[in-house]
Amino acid sequence: MTEQAHRIELTVNGTLHVADAPARRLLSDFLRHDLGLTGTHVGCEHGVCGCCTVLLDGEPVRSCLTFAVTVTGRAVTTVEGLAAPDGTMSPVQRAFQKCHALQCGFCTPGFLCTVTALLRDTPHPTEEEVIEGISGNLCRCTGYQNIVKAVHRAAALIAEEAR
Amino acid sequence: MKPPPFGYRAPRTLDEAVTALADADGGKVLAGGQSLVPLLNMRLAAPAELIDVNHVAELDTLEADGAGVRVGALARHARVERSATAARVQPLLRRALRHVAHPVIRNRGTVVGSLAHADPAAELPAVLALLGGHVEAVSVRGRRVVAARDLFVGPLETALADDELAVAAFFPAAPPRTGTAFAEIARRHGDFALAGVAATVTVDGDGQAEAVRAAFLGVAEVPLVLDLTEAAASGRLAEHVRERIDPESDIHASADYRRHLAGVLAQRALAKATADALAREAP
Repeated sequence: MTEQAHRIELTVNGTLHVADAPARRLLSDFLRHDLGLTGTHVGCEHGVCGCCTVLLDGEPVRSCLTFAVTVTGRAVTTVEGLAAPDGTMSPVQRAFQKCHALQCGFCTPGFLCTVTALLRDTPHPTEEEVIEGISGNLCRCTGYQNIVKAVHRAAALIAEEAR
Repeated sequence: MKPPPFGYRAPRTLDEAVTALADADGGKVLAGGQSLVPLLNMRLAAPAELIDVNHVAELDTLEADGAGVRVGALARHARVERSATAARVQPLLRRALRHVAHPVIRNRGTVVGSLAHADPAAELPAVLALLGGHVEAVSVRGRRVVAARDLFVGPLETALADDELAVAAFFPAAPPRTGTAFAEIARRHGDFALAGVAATVTVDGDGQAEAVRAAFLGVAEVPLVLDLTEAAASGRLAEHVRERIDPESDIHASADYRRHLAGVLAQRALAKATADALAREAP
């Protein structure tokens, strides 16, 4: 028995993609397998680790807890869409690099998407707001200290560049 | 892991949704999916069909007036949490929502979905039970209101029938001279609580507590609502709470530890709710 396929139209990083997939296709797998965008990482597949976090119409969501078919017609930003078109990394990406906020890099796409939305909504976060903001993302390498520093650095970079 | 195969329908109206639910044999409603999809991914659930209500625009509502806050089935946790009007009418809602999982989960998960999922360790069922709220359910057979005290039947089990769609939840407004508080202990912020409590305290004209109620989560099969007015006045609040509950042991915490936490959390929540009531009273 072949599963019924559904037509899914998704704008990813500004480009409209159309593909057919079964209803049970997770958004994370749709991005990785159907569209070949492997920047979004898949860790736990039950919403705990945060690796698969992407921006759905600007709001961070777990792509492993969302069916692609549910969000047809909407816009997704993945880690591949955070840099400028000329490849210049975003302030959040640069801050993570500068502050050594990653080691193996597996969790990084999720952190970058989460922090991008966090700083858009809260441009000058307190230490507590940073910790609360990234509390849903697990990192097994860094011990988080440098990630917290990177979030503050990114906030400063964004403020500087807006001047 | 990956979810098992299922039939899929995406109705556009409430009528279509309840018809689909009535027609489905073993159908399950998909809204935010933040509880359901993990169960599917881990293959702990295998519904024959999912009725995806995410495109039913008439369920995407949030209304608040003097009587209370009515949350439609598609209102995400984050939307209710951010609503200044909802927070003014019933402050306990925002206080509890800040403990529901992580911010990213709250962007997708729904308030009504949490209630329909009825996890005994979840925050919102306790809040609904404490406030004496209700859920509105619609099926092809009609619409009915299910009071919180009738809704929660057991762990992950509600009084809703298979063909009923929970379309809204109603949280009554805070009465005058009443303060609220929420407190819980989790291993990590955002995890399910080992134990938690939501409390309301009503003070009289002299600022003395005249009515004290609390709802406990994580310590019983359903949210446990206790009238603690006398216990609070007697000065034996924590002991009284510990005598009234019978929690389970699991890998996260022993029954004794949960019992201990419930007493401590009740004291903290009552102190905070009393202070809140006095602050609301102050001109």
